[in-house]
Amino acid sequence: MSQTIRPHRKSYWKRAISGRSTGDLIFLGLDYLLITLLLIIIAYPLLYVVVSSFAGGSLYGNGLSLIPERWTLEGYRAVFEYKYVWTGYRNSLIILVMSTSIAMVVTTLCAYPLSRKDFMGRKFCMTLCMITMYFGGGMIPTYLLIKDLGLLNTWWALVLPGSLSVYNMIVMRTYFSSQIPDEMREAAQIDGCGNWRFLLQIVLPLSGPILAVIALYYSVTRWNAYFSSMLYIRTKELLPLPNILREILILNQSQSLTTSMASEEQADLEKRAELMKYSLIIVSSLPMMVIYPFVQKYFVKGTMIGAVKG
Amino acid sequence: MSVKTIQGAKTKSYLSRLKKDMFSVNGALYLMILVPMAILIIFHYVPMWGVQIAFKDFRASLGITESPWVGLKHFKKFFSYYRFGDVMRNTLMINLYDLATFPLSLVLAILFNYIGAQKYKRFVQTVSYAPHFISTVVMCSMILQFLSARGGLINAFLGVFGVPAVNYMAKPQYFYTIYIWSGVWQGIGYSSIIYIAALAGISPELHEAAIVDGANIWQRIWHIDIPGVLPTFCILLIMRCGSLLSVGYEKVLLLQNNLNSTVSEVISTYSYKVGLASSSPQYSYSSAIGLFTSLINMIMLIIVNKISDRLSGSSLF
Repeated sequence: MSQTIRPHRKSYWKRAISGRSTGDLIFLGLDYLLITLLLIIIAYPLLYVVVSSFAGGSLYGNGLSLIPERWTLEGYRAVFEYKYVWTGYRNSLIILVMSTSIAMVVTTLCAYPLSRKDFMGRKFCMTLCMITMYFGGGMIPTYLLIKDLGLLNTWWALVLPGSLSVYNMIVMRTYFSSQIPDEMREAAQIDGCGNWRFLLQIVLPLSGPILAVIALYYSVTRWNAYFSSMLYIRTKELLPLPNILREILILNQSQSLTTSMASEEQADLEKRAELMKYSLIIVSSLPMMVIYPFVQKYFVKGTMIGAVKG
Repeated sequence: MSVKTIQGAKTKSYLSRLKKDMFSVNGALYLMILVPMAILIIFHYVPMWGVQIAFKDFRASLGITESPWVGLKHFKKFFSYYRFGDVMRNTLMINLYDLATFPLSLVLAILFNYIGAQKYKRFVQTVSYAPHFISTVVMCSMILQFLSARGGLINAFLGVFGVPAVNYMAKPQYFYTIYIWSGVWQGIGYSSIIYIAALAGISPELHEAAIVDGANIWQRIWHIDIPGVLPTFCILLIMRCGSLLSVGYEKVLLLQNNLNSTVSEVISTYSYKVGLASSSPQYSYSSAIGLFTSLINMIMLIIVNKISDRLSGSSLF
């Protein structure tokens, strides 16, 4: 890490130290120490996983070094040879696209009218939304509803219930009402622009950043969710990736912890799991890892907009 | 009363204005909000109505409305369940322990705030947000790999200091520590963002004036920064207390095994097990447990909200 600081060292440190009291210097020293410690604590396990995935299993017996005895792609080969990783990946991607696009449409259709002060149903609809933030039916009544609607074992059961997150809607509404001036709408209305056209041709093109943030909120939640698919999806071919991961990485592990006897199939899975555990983690986190550097500043922005509104 | 007379008289009553709003001026807005409201009513309000099965003996053949009322039977059953005390204690322990680590992200935000080297600060921040994007399943499998007695990272690390290898996941006494600190590792960077935003909102003039008056950093933190972020902190704390009995079952479920179930069984995992994971699901019993949790959470939310309103003047509603 010293490398990151070094180019600035002389000028920076001179400026930082001159004219400061002892109390300040103690604080700054501690501050840099703790922040660097945090960096190591967070970065080391992440690096460890990445390196292990190229080391065919773990870095066992290597102490704490991050350099494996040999580099190999065996772990990745094992991952791609396993059929359910492919189906899970495909399903996850389809569900991601489905749920994010539907959620974006629903959320926008809710946020825009609620951002309009002249919309008379505003208070009523807002109350209806707020109540669901603090109170819900719970797992069983929701399950029974999904069952009655005939959505069990379909992806709709994953996509529809989460398609309106009230929190995200409020963030979007705050952006609309603070960034789109009323005068603009009045001018457009005088020129004969209706509400639909105003939303589609003026509001949305002006709201790029917030649309990106909300779409990313929804995608991350969806990509990482496992609980609802565990409840509603019964066919293994329809399961998204996190559930496949859970089967390989977690159930398998806790089984081997408690039972010594293993069937042939389980022994095979166990061997495979040993080989591919770290590569599987990398492969499944890949979409998030790829977009993360590009979007993290948007995430920060979105959280700040949300924070303003509380 | 008839709408016609109101319209005829051109009075500005609420109904006539609503009607005008709905059918002429802003008709499109009502059309827009129809879809989200339908989703909300179907997927949030219908289940709320379905909560009544907590007071009934639900039978699939009879449906929700036709099943017979049984009063508080299922609640009583839960309270007299022989492990009720354990489950309650585990839930509270996990959540109180978690609550104790709540101020850490505020501390981190303050630490970031005084780092002068901008590039280094941004780099550490970017790295510290990264674990937030790791999914629960991946997080839990990382925990299991790292803690494994055969070649786990933690055992390798402690081995350097001569500590013998331990299978931590099989030891109930480590469960809370593992659960909470892995959560801190994953969430501390990301949850500090909101405080960084609040700190950035504090007027720099206050700091300048304090520096002129000879205050050092410790004093500036205590007298300027802490009071400045207190409202944000209180709001977040209230929201956190509102989920005192329900947080984290997705992760608990994944970290649970037979050897640590004495400490890891919490209300929500128990409710899931008797409800949907069981071969003979007890829908009513499980809903009753869920409703009990929601009620306690509601009460906690209201109490903490009141306290915070009294003490610091910041409240949710």
